[in-house]
Amino acid sequence: MLTKEEQKDIEEELKVVPYKKAATTEALKIIQKHRGWVSDEAVKDIAEFLAITPDEVDGVATFHSLIFRREVGKHVILLCDSVCCYILGYRQILVQLHKKLNIQFGETTTDGKFTLLPISCLGTCDHAPAMMIDNDLHQDLTPEKIDSILEKYP
Amino acid sequence: MERPLTQYIQANKPPMNLSEYEKVGGYKALHKALKEMKPQEVQKLVLDSNLKGRGGAGFSTGTKWSLIPMGENAPAEKYFICNADEMEPGTFKDRLLLEGNPHQLIEGIIISAYAIQANKGFIFLRWAYKKAADVILKSISEAYSAGYIGNNILGTGFNFNLYLHRSVGRYICGEETALLNALEGKRAIPRAKPPYPNISGLFGKPTTMNSVETLSFIPHIVNNGATWFKDLSITGEGGTKIYGVSGKVKNPGAWELPLGTTIREIIFEHAGGMKNGFTLKGFLPGGASTDFLTEEHLDVNMDYASLGKVGSRLGTGTMIILDDKTCPVGMVHNLEHFFAQESCGWCTPCREGLPWVEKILFSLEEGTGRMEDIDLLLFHAKHLAPGRTFCALAPGAVEPLQSSLKYFRDDYIKHIHDKRCPWR
Amino acid sequence: MINIIIDDKEYTVTPQKSLLEVCLSLGLNLPYFCWHPAMGSVGACRQCGVKSYKDEKDTKGRIVMACMEPVREGMRIGVFEDEAREFRAGVSEWLMANHPHDCPVCDEGGECHLQDMTVMNGHAYRRFHFKKRTYRNQYLGPFVNHEMNRCIHCYRCVRFYRGYAGGRDFNNFASRNHVYFGRHEDGVLQNEFSGNLVEVCPTGVFTDKTLKKHYTRKWDFTSAPSICTHCGLGCNVIAGERYGSLRRIRSRYNGEVNGYFICNRGRYGYEFVNHEKRIKKILIRNTLGDLEETDKETVMMHAAQLFSARAAVIGIGSPRASLESNFTLQKLVGKSNYFQGVSGREAELMNTILGILRKGPARSPSLKDIEKADAVLVIGEDVTNTAPMLALALRQSVRQKPLEKIKAMNVPEWQDAAVREAMQQEKGPFYIASCNETNLDDIATKTFHGSPDDIARLGFEVAAHLSATAPRVSNQVSEMPALAEEIATALKEAKRPLVVSGISSLSTEMIHAAANVAWALCGSGKRAELSFIMPEANSLGTSMLGGKSLDDAFEAAVRGRAETVVVLENDLYRRTAKDTVDKFLDTCKNVIVLDYLKNETTAKADVIIPVGTFIESDGTFVNNEGRAQRYYQVYLPSDPNLMESWRWLGEMIGQVKENSKPSMNNFADFTNALVDSYPEFEDIKEITPPPDFRIAGEKIPRQPHRYSGRTAMLANIHVSEPKPPEDPDSPLSFTMEGYRNEPPSSIIPFYWSPGWNSVQSINKYQIEVGGSLHGGDPGKRLIEPDPKSNYKYFTDIPEAFKIRDNEFLTVPVYHIYGSEEMSNLAPGIASLIPKPYAAMNPDDAGKLKVKKGDEINLIMIDQSYRLPVEIKREIPKGILGIPVGLPGTPHYVLPAWCKISGNKT
Ligand SMILES: Cc1cc2nc3c(=O)[nH]c(=O)nc-3n(C[C@H](O)[C@H](O)[C@H](O)COP(=O)(O)O)c2cc1C
Ligand code: SF4
Ligand code: FES
Repeated sequence: MLTKEEQKDIEEELKVVPYKKAATTEALKIIQKHRGWVSDEAVKDIAEFLAITPDEVDGVATFHSLIFRREVGKHVILLCDSVCCYILGYRQILVQLHKKLNIQFGETTTDGKFTLLPISCLGTCDHAPAMMIDNDLHQDLTPEKIDSILEKYP
Repeated sequence: MERPLTQYIQANKPPMNLSEYEKVGGYKALHKALKEMKPQEVQKLVLDSNLKGRGGAGFSTGTKWSLIPMGENAPAEKYFICNADEMEPGTFKDRLLLEGNPHQLIEGIIISAYAIQANKGFIFLRWAYKKAADVILKSISEAYSAGYIGNNILGTGFNFNLYLHRSVGRYICGEETALLNALEGKRAIPRAKPPYPNISGLFGKPTTMNSVETLSFIPHIVNNGATWFKDLSITGEGGTKIYGVSGKVKNPGAWELPLGTTIREIIFEHAGGMKNGFTLKGFLPGGASTDFLTEEHLDVNMDYASLGKVGSRLGTGTMIILDDKTCPVGMVHNLEHFFAQESCGWCTPCREGLPWVEKILFSLEEGTGRMEDIDLLLFHAKHLAPGRTFCALAPGAVEPLQSSLKYFRDDYIKHIHDKRCPWR
Repeated sequence: MINIIIDDKEYTVTPQKSLLEVCLSLGLNLPYFCWHPAMGSVGACRQCGVKSYKDEKDTKGRIVMACMEPVREGMRIGVFEDEAREFRAGVSEWLMANHPHDCPVCDEGGECHLQDMTVMNGHAYRRFHFKKRTYRNQYLGPFVNHEMNRCIHCYRCVRFYRGYAGGRDFNNFASRNHVYFGRHEDGVLQNEFSGNLVEVCPTGVFTDKTLKKHYTRKWDFTSAPSICTHCGLGCNVIAGERYGSLRRIRSRYNGEVNGYFICNRGRYGYEFVNHEKRIKKILIRNTLGDLEETDKETVMMHAAQLFSARAAVIGIGSPRASLESNFTLQKLVGKSNYFQGVSGREAELMNTILGILRKGPARSPSLKDIEKADAVLVIGEDVTNTAPMLALALRQSVRQKPLEKIKAMNVPEWQDAAVREAMQQEKGPFYIASCNETNLDDIATKTFHGSPDDIARLGFEVAAHLSATAPRVSNQVSEMPALAEEIATALKEAKRPLVVSGISSLSTEMIHAAANVAWALCGSGKRAELSFIMPEANSLGTSMLGGKSLDDAFEAAVRGRAETVVVLENDLYRRTAKDTVDKFLDTCKNVIVLDYLKNETTAKADVIIPVGTFIESDGTFVNNEGRAQRYYQVYLPSDPNLMESWRWLGEMIGQVKENSKPSMNNFADFTNALVDSYPEFEDIKEITPPPDFRIAGEKIPRQPHRYSGRTAMLANIHVSEPKPPEDPDSPLSFTMEGYRNEPPSSIIPFYWSPGWNSVQSINKYQIEVGGSLHGGDPGKRLIEPDPKSNYKYFTDIPEAFKIRDNEFLTVPVYHIYGSEEMSNLAPGIASLIPKPYAAMNPDDAGKLKVKKGDEINLIMIDQSYRLPVEIKREIPKGILGIPVGLPGTPHYVLPAWCKISGNKT
């Protein structure tokens, strides 16, 4: 079931589009905002709310890399692996994150706190390497900075 | 030197709010355009200014606008879209404008929408630009309260509503027709052209789309005229350009400079030259999907025509520098990994070809490459060409590949001979 | 026509087509994948790349996709030059990179478009040496097998399923080279046309699951052109046999009828032919009352005795039997002793329809015409469940009106994705009046739910809005007048308005109302079309033969005029109440039944004669359009007693009346005799070449030239190869010998052309791809409207429906899986038949204090049923929807009033 609040948020988006189906992406984002990820159940709920099928919702959901169709940790670390961060050594950051959290790309820490994902270019190439945790951008990374950054996420 | 786009942008300071913007002449152009000019006159002005799209393809903005159906028989609903997706690796120039002067962009959008008589608009924003989203939302609401957006703008009878849409992270969404599908809540697959969006665009209605940098120029062109704009550039193509440099340079960043500034000046003056201990091996002049150039091209002017002549493109105008301590094959592998991953999966050459290229490059890096792999890479470079694939993603993807095979072929061969990456 | 230059040769071609269509129509072997003649172009696969030159000076040219280029006057194209070939071979190489190359174990092998194109492109050596991508497969139900690793991402499946067939439980997922085609989760594909995926898919991702159980390669089938027997539309099919069993049904192209597709009932209903209930022996009841096997001579002698001069013999025909069989029965028993095998009510309705089609000004459209209708009114039919392929045609029709606008934007119709993007949610006017929800409601502009009488009233009122002389409905209630006006306006504004109705509600008034609407439109100078849906394969054909109804036969028996009854391919228990049939069969002293499956009627027979199904027979059916179509025997059964009904009956005539020297021997004799008696059927002689037709002295082989195992397949029975069977009835041979090239369009036993082993070879048989077959599409229309008709509007407007206090009006609800007799015996279909139920309005349920699943007793036409309740908002108050034809629900005539007793369990 979608919560009242989720429903309200989706209703708001419906005002902008000529028919319900066109709000599919928005609905997915809203659910993810509230729940952190989009479960199979949620896909069905969105489908019902928009009067479309789960197949239609999931076709869109699985297209976009930032709709999480599997459960993620409390905080999602998106480490840029694109070209400028490559040149400026994102791999060292990855190694450091691995050391610290004992997870690889695509994994979640056993305490469910962090999920580590690769991400393409964050648009801050002049401050590479960079990563994003939740809504915060972290630039000019060095392995040394990682510890103190992670501490900010309880 | 005039820097119309960035003159009021100050690093690490919040952007001007509405009244600050108005104080420096903001929304004057909107008044002028809506009250003193007919939509077609705005179109004509922009055509005369020779403004070319700054989003990558470099298509004349005035020409694009002139293709939209106008007048009595035109469909009642039309859309104007600002492409602020900016997802190409190495590109971060629109961010400067979005975060630094949102009202300039919004004013540009309203004038442009007026020029084509669109009543609804969207800013399609890259998902990662959280700060930009905040300032845009704030600025839109300021513009609403000031009567710059909404119904009967400035009492002229022109209505225009503007919405912010935040992407969910796919490079292909920046391709203008894929963007339309994304906005419609569909899988963001590009659409066939023709019909072009000016005939059948968002929700099947005539639609015009421009990128952030392009639109930010519009108020200035309206205020200062076409000749002024043309005179801004060095080589006559019109306007300034926000150039960016990233990689191992002393001072990576982005600067607004006259269009046509030389590459040497950009890298060595503005970006401060290479970091100590690194030398320049090559660079992608216009972002990840342009052809490599090398030292011999440093005196080329960074504009559409000059870069075209030496076999590359202005693209987004943001350079990525390859230094001597970075493996070119590794760098190309990284790029192709990106493109293969961002392929939408619609057309065969891109969907199947790019992952293959990626695998070959990886094997070269791992030391398991074979001589025949060079031919295979060339085969892909040849056939993932414009027109052979459905959209421009794959042709863009093979630009760095084909040029690296031209300029750094020896490095490829060395990987194969040594059975390892010489940089590792 | 315009001129274009291909590889330096000039061609005159049809304008406004895509270059790919044009090349294929010219016979050039240009490979493609994502394009499909029925679905147009999207430019995804990039397989059809050709070189395009700006003008004569352009020497470089550029590669373009032929499917995306409209042909233009003076266009210069290079199809077979090196660069284009190299690019196309490259596409093969990309597609094969991840393809498992498992052809030997793949069901598609030997008729695979991917195989064909790979060979055509000359791609033989694969340079990709990395690990291949793999996927997980899904369970998609009893019909379609899923093997995703073979996918080449042409997007045809999803375009067919969603875009063309309107299915919504299937999609493409993910992106890049992970794109996946399937369902959100495992489960039965809901769309009634899902089976077409097996033909639409160019490789072995979607294959026929029923074929898998008795798998045979395409080249090992003995096949023949046939007609689907599972509803009244007469879709053309190809039936394939091996080792004496029918193994699959595929669609057979007919540009006027079913085009490229057929429905799941048609594709998967075939297994009744192999059912254990098949009657294989001649049986006769002995003195102890048991059925025992006998031989042909005995049964013929027996018949001769029963039919002796003054004996009272009647014959009961059948709308599921061929024209020839019904006619021969008529001849055997005499016209006055022949009865149509349907209830009086149904016979009357069919007569009404015949009258309307024969004498009225409105034309009955083909399915192709229906696709082109630009405003539609459906009166009282749940089309998807009573005439599935007609529903598919209607789905295309709602695109017509918006399409006009899009064409005006210079977007060609075949630019499929572009058209859909421009069209968005827009649909042409489409109105449905029915007693219940229907599967087309999603595309309807508006729906009206009412009792059969109220539906008829709506129809009458629409007609009254269209013509001042058409009768008006008095005592209007509810929202009807406004709706009627809206519908009338929409129909009036259309270029090709269409009215669809039928006999499924057994309402004469509805049929009259439909005729009034269509005629009123014709009266205002419109090209209005009127389509009536018929329940069975030969419903229209048998009513054209005339004769009284089953009710009259029962009468005759009561009056002692039916000592002996010959029942032709008809289970009378599906026609009317059990008691009535019991009484009738008990009254007749001798019951002779010719049929192919055991049923309640055969259980009562004194003599049972095994006859061929449509697979073992030749015959002619007349579909609902009035199109006579011929089906051919696929193979000769090993048992010589398993003959066509008409042959049995013909031999009986010989025995009884002609002193053992039958005058009708082969099929042509029977049709000729039919035409002699009924000139209306004259044209059926032209449907197909006569049995002695030969090309270059040769017959048309039912087996491909690669047919294997002939000398060995029966070696366990006979060491020596048996003499090949002969076919006296058609120009088809039962073997692989014969004429190798293209046969006339009506006798194409399978599609094949050098280099084209897949169904896509159909291109080679068409005048223009997607158009008519060479020599015209098969079949002949027997009934044409009379444009100068002096029609008079019907005036029998029923009273508005009045809810009764203690009674409900039961109306029939049809199910594509379940309401048809034969297909129900196919295991796949049987697994999808819904459980019987009684559907009612939530208000009624409230009043009766029942909820979904509670069982109620209802008494209807003196029989009682116990059924669980189903709640349906769309069903009007006072009405019960009862599924018909399923095991456990009545087969025969509804609507009827019923009482409910003993609520709940
Ligand atoms: C794969 C792909 C990605 C693109 N991404 C962007 C983008 O992020 N931002 C952008 O402005 N243009 C992008 N473009 C270019 C747009 O398609 C389009 O040309 C541009 O937005 C037009 O605006 P302009 O005329 O102002 O340049 C992309 C093109 C392709 C093929
Ligand atoms: S080139 Fe083809 S697969 Fe690649 S992004 Fe464009 S349309 Fe999609
Ligand atoms: S058939 Fe032309 S691109 Fe697929």
